[in-house]
Amino acid sequence: MEKRVTFRGWRLPLLLIAPQLIISVVFFFYPAAQAIWQSLFIPDPFGLSMKFVGLGNFEFLLSDKFYRASFVTTAIFSLLVTLCSMIPALFLAVLADRLIKGSGVYRTMLIWPYAVAPAIAGVLWLFMFNTRVGVVSWYLGQLGYDWNHVLNGGEAMGLVVVASAWGRISYNFLFFFAALQAVPRSVIEAAAIDGARFWRRFWTIVLPLLSPTTFFLLVVNIVYAFFETFGVIHTITAGGPQQTTTILVYKVFSDGFVGQDLGSSAAQSVILLFVVGMLTVVQFKFIEKRVHY
Amino acid sequence: MARDVHGMVEKRGAGLWLTHVFMILGVLVIFFPIWLAFVASTVSQPEIVSPPMPIWPGDQFWENYSKALFSGVNVPVTTMLFNSMVMAIGIAVGKIIISLLSAFAIVYFRFPGRNVFFWMIFITLMLPVEVRIVPTFEVVAGFGMLNSYGGLILPLIASATATFLFRQFFLTIPDELAEAARVDGARPMRFFWDIVVPMSRTNVAALFVILFIYGWNQYLWPLLITTDPEMNTIVMGIKQMFPSGDDVADWPVIMATSILAMIPPVIVVVSMQRLFIRGLVDSEK
Repeated sequence: MEKRVTFRGWRLPLLLIAPQLIISVVFFFYPAAQAIWQSLFIPDPFGLSMKFVGLGNFEFLLSDKFYRASFVTTAIFSLLVTLCSMIPALFLAVLADRLIKGSGVYRTMLIWPYAVAPAIAGVLWLFMFNTRVGVVSWYLGQLGYDWNHVLNGGEAMGLVVVASAWGRISYNFLFFFAALQAVPRSVIEAAAIDGARFWRRFWTIVLPLLSPTTFFLLVVNIVYAFFETFGVIHTITAGGPQQTTTILVYKVFSDGFVGQDLGSSAAQSVILLFVVGMLTVVQFKFIEKRVHY
Repeated sequence: MARDVHGMVEKRGAGLWLTHVFMILGVLVIFFPIWLAFVASTVSQPEIVSPPMPIWPGDQFWENYSKALFSGVNVPVTTMLFNSMVMAIGIAVGKIIISLLSAFAIVYFRFPGRNVFFWMIFITLMLPVEVRIVPTFEVVAGFGMLNSYGGLILPLIASATATFLFRQFFLTIPDELAEAARVDGARPMRFFWDIVVPMSRTNVAALFVILFIYGWNQYLWPLLITTDPEMNTIVMGIKQMFPSGDDVADWPVIMATSILAMIPPVIVVVSMQRLFIRGLVDSEK
């Protein structure tokens, strides 16, 4: 879509667009180009010169068992975060949608956690499951279960998943609730006249009508789990134990800033750029498709 | 008949009560971590280190909060709150201003390179700061902007999302308004100030809510570029309050800080709920 009526001149619009362009070039394009460039080199041990290695960093990464493990970890982590945040949200939204009165109050109560930063959510959950002072881990101990996410990789993963999914429930709830409110009453009532009970109506009518929202939330939650959960992992496990919670973004950070392995970190950035690019394409294909609904 | 159908669709009686019970349970489960943090911020350290900790607030509220606010662990929490406020408002206001300007240029002018620039802005969608941290850090360090508000704000300020949102909205402004402005001989910037900006008020407010929270909740970026505790933001500063090694953390003060870190974004979200939901839906779709 284009405007029919426009203003003349080219100096003014260039001036108007300049701030955004300059910031994009300086803080987006140049660093991204830098990442691609650096990914082709390895620094010598003293950091004095760079040696060109072509795609060597990539070859090394793809054959590195820690990096491949990190891919698998990221996949499991984002799948679990997505499921653990979408299913409870859908359940709560269905309940809220059934209420004629009072759903606004519940909505206000439920949007709270959205405002809590992932890093703070990490601290709250760490506190509950802390091996020394945590309330939940203490009660688990009383029940005979020895909780220790510092040593047990599975428990560490469970904890970062729940802490990451927690705040997302609010977000998903809002979208599901809005979509449910938009389902035409007449369709539901027609099914009710035909004798379809609540759950049958839900599976055969409501859920298919929610599919655009569900798909949208799937993509958005995966993007969230990939990129925005750094704070949760950094506060709770710092990637451990034995890298069981080291997702890709965390590895870029720990190899680049902690390990000072710039070539490898840059190559990982490039791979991530590629992943983001694919996710963005999926997202936009989907939005294009939505227009035809 | 209609009445019967209504009865079948909207639950009454026992079903309605059950729905409320489940809703309340859901709210309680979601609130539980925040409640525990609040309780922990009102009791003394000995009560926490000998589990289980109490489930109801204690009497150390003022002690813990004043200790957090005015002495903290590395730096007083008031300092971190101030830094977070500057960063969040800087990012929100900065993004809104540069996006309004660039969207206005893209929608209301034809100029050389317009499409190229449009795509350049579009592509930044694909470059979250998390994937280009090392080179972006080097750029900011090269400008000598480590431990500065400029370093905290500028790299996060270019946003394709806000530009798209405004572009979308400007396209719905009736052409007659621009036509009339042109006939009256109004300069483009006059049209921008007198017509476009006032009409965008609601969008600006909705976006402000979303961007304020985005800025407030940043973690990785402040962690990298603020090495001086005086420049820490509250969200990243909490992790720095944990002792390294085997010392026991000062949980009451840390939990008081966590509660303080939540208050500003929660107030923004809850008090501007309508704008927030609108901003959320607009900026994601």
